[in-house]
Amino acid sequence: MQKLAAIKKHKDNFMKYRYLLKELVSKQIKLQYRDSVLGMFWTLLQPLLTMIVLSIVFMNLFGRDSSQVVNYPVYLLCGRLLFEFFTSSTKRSMRSIRSHAGIIKKVYVPKYIYPLSSVLSTFVTSMLSLSVLAIVIIFFNIIKRNPITITWHVVFAVIPIIILFFFSLGVGMILATLSVFFKDIENIYDVFTLLLFYITPIVYHISRLGFEEGSWQMRLIKLNPIYGIIGMFRASILFGTEFSHYWDMKLMIYTIICSVIVMVLGFVMFHKNQDKFILHI
Amino acid sequence: MSNNAIEVDHVSMMFNINSEGVDNAKEYVVKAAKKQLHFSRFWALKDVSFSVKKGDRMGIMGFNGAGKSTLLKTIAGVLKPTIGSVKTEGKIAPLIELSAGFDSNYSGRENIFLYAATMGFSRKFIEEKFDEIIEFSELGKFIDAPLKSYSSGMKSRLGFAIATSVKPEVLILDEVLSVGDAAFREKSEKRIEGMMGNGVTVLYVSHSTASVEKICNKAIILTQGQLVANGEADEVCELYRQMIKQK
Repeated sequence: MQKLAAIKKHKDNFMKYRYLLKELVSKQIKLQYRDSVLGMFWTLLQPLLTMIVLSIVFMNLFGRDSSQVVNYPVYLLCGRLLFEFFTSSTKRSMRSIRSHAGIIKKVYVPKYIYPLSSVLSTFVTSMLSLSVLAIVIIFFNIIKRNPITITWHVVFAVIPIIILFFFSLGVGMILATLSVFFKDIENIYDVFTLLLFYITPIVYHISRLGFEEGSWQMRLIKLNPIYGIIGMFRASILFGTEFSHYWDMKLMIYTIICSVIVMVLGFVMFHKNQDKFILHI
Repeated sequence: MSNNAIEVDHVSMMFNINSEGVDNAKEYVVKAAKKQLHFSRFWALKDVSFSVKKGDRMGIMGFNGAGKSTLLKTIAGVLKPTIGSVKTEGKIAPLIELSAGFDSNYSGRENIFLYAATMGFSRKFIEEKFDEIIEFSELGKFIDAPLKSYSSGMKSRLGFAIATSVKPEVLILDEVLSVGDAAFREKSEKRIEGMMGNGVTVLYVSHSTASVEKICNKAIILTQGQLVANGEADEVCELYRQMIKQK
């Protein structure tokens, strides 16, 4: 009974502040593009330009094997869009408590609103930038170079996106909590994401690493839930015709378990420490 | 609770002087190595209990470091007391440092919505108060300019206009208001007096017994975190004057 009452209290509190959540999300989106001539276009232009640059650089090195990557620019873009969402949402979330220190010190606000709004606003812009993927696929299908057959399996792309959203939220909450107590986390995390970019098969296919299937190195790389998430996303877009062969059920369950654990851990950590935040910011 | 706007129940607040303020790993490791992390407790509030009836205007007095700010923060819900509890009824609007909730890249208009949302109001509620806020802040056509182009006087006028237009049940006034020019100051003092007439509960922090006697009907004194006096404003002010003399 007591637990039920506590849950209800949290829900009421959330309902009271949901307008603040909406305001913060729209603020972060608006301010990102204000004063820039191309405005919202940057959400599309930025991933497109990086895709072109990375394709030029790595095409010859990693793009030859068309049975695994089908179409290198699209393969690359699939991985990068999701990875970019993960890094920018977690980075924003990590800084969210510190950057709102002024308010937190003065007024009571449910503090989880800040990391949550950071992840949500990045989510919205990332979803918009997914349209670049559609444009690029249409482009290659028109010029008929490495065309991609899109089947109804494309709807499965929603699953990795949802898993990634909750995974990022969990990681964001953990980082937000840690960075209040240890500011150095911000610097360490920047280096970490760079490292993560290279150990996650984004610009290359996992087979290019030359490790045997089942070796410990291979296992280590697959331990990274982002690998599985990107893999599912690619399966639903690039391999619609042989979907059941490329969609890894085990990996899906593994990534779901990972994101649930990270979410719970993030919320518990945040909740247990939030009363102490004010003493450190 | 029915008649009380605020109930402070045996509240104690402990700070750990050494571990607080440590915000990076290096400092943490160094202090841990020196075994400085878990010692030297400091009680900013010690077993403070009092209640404020609805419509009462409570003056809070005390020397520097007596725990006034800590007390206000526990009432505002920003700090959670180490021991004891604080119960409040109705909306609390802190009028301390008005610019805290603002974003400098946002226009005045957008900031009104953001600031009010931070205080927990719905969009509909703020839209109703919108014209009143703009009119009172005297910002006119500047309301759509980004906040970074505002002068500090303009910012504080806007903050004051929002905090008082939302008609809170409990108003926290930390130190005397010094917002804008003389004309605006007079206007804002009138506005606060008007709010007091409407049965708002006020917490007023001040060193000046004269202004506490003028504004408040009840008062308390804090000394080194302890409540030493609680009663009618004029009696408590008399006591406070004696305390100043002895010091």
